[in-house]
Amino acid sequence: MTARRTAIPEQDAPLPIDGRDEKAFGFWVYLMSDAIIFALLFATYIVLSGNTAGGPGGKELFDLKRAFAETMVLLVSSATFGLATVAMVSRDSSGVLRWLIVTFLLGAAFVAMELGEFRDMIAQGAGPDRSGFLSAFFTLVGTHGLHVSIGLIGIAVMCVQVVMKGLTNPVASRLYRLGLFWHFLDIVWVAIFSVVYLPGVLDG
Amino acid sequence: MLGKLTIDALPFYSWVAMGGAMVTVLGALAVMGVITWLGAWGYLWREWLTSVDHKRIGIMYIVLALIMLLRGFVDAIMMRAQQAFALNSGGYLPADHFDQIFSSHGTIMIFFVAMPFMSGLMNLIVPLQIGTRDVSFPYMNSLSLWLTASGAALVMVSLVIGKFSTAGWTAYPPYSGIQYSPGVGVDYWSFAVLISGVGSTMTGINFVSTIFKRRAPGMTLMHMPLFTWTVLTASVLVVFAFPGLTVSAGLLELDRMLGMHFFTNGDGGNMMMFANLFWIWGHPEVYILILPAFGVFSHVVTTFSGKRLFGYTSLVYATAAIGILSFTVWLHHFFTMGSSANVNAFFGIATMIIAVPTGVKVFDWLFTMYRGRIQFRSPMLWTLGFMVTFVIGGMSGVLLALPPVDYLMHNTTFLVAHFHNMIIPGVLFGYLAGYQFWFPKAFGFRLNEQWGKWAFWCWIIGFYLAFMPLYVLGLLGMPRRMEHYDVAEWQPHLIVAAVGACVILLGILCLAVQLVVSIRQRDQARDFSGDPWLGRTLEWATSSPPAPYNFAVLPEVRERDAFQDLKERGIAYEKPKKYEDIYLPKNSPVGIVVGGLGFVFGFAMVWHVWWIAIVCLLLITAALIVLSSADDNEYCITAKEVEKIEKARYRELAKAPRILLPESEEVVPGAPIQGAVP
Repeated sequence: MTARRTAIPEQDAPLPIDGRDEKAFGFWVYLMSDAIIFALLFATYIVLSGNTAGGPGGKELFDLKRAFAETMVLLVSSATFGLATVAMVSRDSSGVLRWLIVTFLLGAAFVAMELGEFRDMIAQGAGPDRSGFLSAFFTLVGTHGLHVSIGLIGIAVMCVQVVMKGLTNPVASRLYRLGLFWHFLDIVWVAIFSVVYLPGVLDG
Repeated sequence: MLGKLTIDALPFYSWVAMGGAMVTVLGALAVMGVITWLGAWGYLWREWLTSVDHKRIGIMYIVLALIMLLRGFVDAIMMRAQQAFALNSGGYLPADHFDQIFSSHGTIMIFFVAMPFMSGLMNLIVPLQIGTRDVSFPYMNSLSLWLTASGAALVMVSLVIGKFSTAGWTAYPPYSGIQYSPGVGVDYWSFAVLISGVGSTMTGINFVSTIFKRRAPGMTLMHMPLFTWTVLTASVLVVFAFPGLTVSAGLLELDRMLGMHFFTNGDGGNMMMFANLFWIWGHPEVYILILPAFGVFSHVVTTFSGKRLFGYTSLVYATAAIGILSFTVWLHHFFTMGSSANVNAFFGIATMIIAVPTGVKVFDWLFTMYRGRIQFRSPMLWTLGFMVTFVIGGMSGVLLALPPVDYLMHNTTFLVAHFHNMIIPGVLFGYLAGYQFWFPKAFGFRLNEQWGKWAFWCWIIGFYLAFMPLYVLGLLGMPRRMEHYDVAEWQPHLIVAAVGACVILLGILCLAVQLVVSIRQRDQARDFSGDPWLGRTLEWATSSPPAPYNFAVLPEVRERDAFQDLKERGIAYEKPKKYEDIYLPKNSPVGIVVGGLGFVFGFAMVWHVWWIAIVCLLLITAALIVLSSADDNEYCITAKEVEKIEKARYRELAKAPRILLPESEEVVPGAPIQGAVP
């Protein structure tokens, strides 16, 4: 009910990228709920992480170099999304588009690396149906990967919107929320790296 | 092509199941036939099914809840009938069918009666109480409704195609795993609760945001009506608790469909994980359901005692305390898991502590009534019945909170008696009180008092007859969920319980008759003023039913009972100097379309028809992209139209009686309400 029919021309009005904005607030609440889903998956993983049922454990399966590379790709993609937001604030729609495409490519590379990791593990006979540990691993990491893939769809949709509609207020507001989502996934990944990969490699 | 779906899925295995299937199919056909005969499809589609108006969404939720209440109750009375007869005999239900019935009874009553009834009341009332025109996310609201409905539809379809789960409403593994439940029943359960759970989560997000962001100017948190407070707390609980349901049911499905080992007996599974995850949702869920009912009781008690609420602040803090504590007690649902004595003691003590804020509330309501001018109208009767009965249930709960006692009583009918003793008076009586109390707000006329009172008396007498014997049976050692038994001394109690269920049936019939009679006599019970009970909060400041925009001019709030304050200052009905254009969200078919696709998706997953499931997911994604890309989805009610609607409202107001005498249908035609000059 707020700034709908203001007299200020849209170019000069402040962009709706304020966390106190109603839509952003609702989105934060959703992120909290999603964070609980991850928290429960983390708890499940921790409970089941020792239950290898005679199958391979983290020490044999995890490749820290690959996990680190995935981490770097995702962290950089968060930074490039940040640059897209910076471009948005200065109303530079071609800059926004450029950085969104870079982010998309990095995100896609992350998903591809993760799928490669899954494929290699399944090829070694360490699929999600092998043990409780692997069920929990694939579900936790896979849920994150699914979120990143949904984020990629979101980025693609926003690229189309930026091209077709320009940086209007609704487009900017959506981009802001997509950014929250993307950075949130980054934080979840840092937790996955610290809870799944590092201890997994250390004590197997 | 069609996965596991074959002609064998039809219920030829028992005449009772076939009968249920026929009733479901014929019922659906009959409803569609009547709508077609009335030529009402276009009207329904335009005005209701695609509506994003919170009031209409609320009404549709309640219609869904009442329909599902009938189904859940049929399950209940079938179980009571079976147990009344099944001494040393098989009764009339085969074991497999009996197990489906108790599973669907619990699933339906919690997910598809209590939840939609709650969502319905909060949709209908909260935006009015906080003085706003709609919820924060009206399209998501419509989506929530239709996802809930599609979950309910999945449970109903399981009557006709395939079987429902036999694993109880909690679906504990390993029994609910693929090894012991290879059929589709558990899949029906999980997809029904997963899909409706998404809807509930979105409702929670929506109302947290609505209540924090859309209150009328001047309404601070501590000025909020108590129902709004309880809805806010319940919504926060939804946001934090429902992930537990999503994760537990989701992981169970991964076990069942992809052969994973979360909850399996071997291969590194841990079945107690399920109990933990499920009850991390399940216990807060109890409070998600009951807190809004506490809100309803608070309004009913104040209104029909003609006083302001006693101890408002303590009620708010008690509500919040219950909300927090509800996350610290989940283990009391499985003390017998065998945790250490210290763990069980912690959860036992936490459970007993919850009784403290609940007790605070009961005393607050009693003190509100103290020296009030109490009117024993039907919403008040439900409230009084609740207070007496709920305290009994609470005491049996404190008893069960002692782990050593729980070791003796768990899995007996004592537990069944206990939680029905909480849920029926606490939740259902609350929502029925809310239904009677707010019905005139939704439809513009009051419900018939006499039938309402009979409904109450049938329900409460039936309740005591049906559940007090179960306490005794539990102490006699009768396990819950028995299809037949050979202990002769149980039977008399079970017969009394069956009689109680029949009395409750009379209560349900009274509610149905009340609705029909009230609709036919609506002209004698019109609510012209919008304030039929002399209410104190802002929902009564609007006309009944309210205009699409609720408030032509958003009210300014200065006091806790905002509308009472406006009335006392004599400006409750003051005409605004001028009206402005009002923008509201346009109707949209996206909610019902995605809900329908969600239903087909769930059905396809249950029967392993992967290609249909994928097509549905793609279509849902497309629909959501279209919905979230729409920029201009509002329509305008011009100031002129608003003025016209409001003029008609002031003409109605002038017809309104000034005072409604307590305890009677008589009205005193007094001076017209201030400011209400046509």
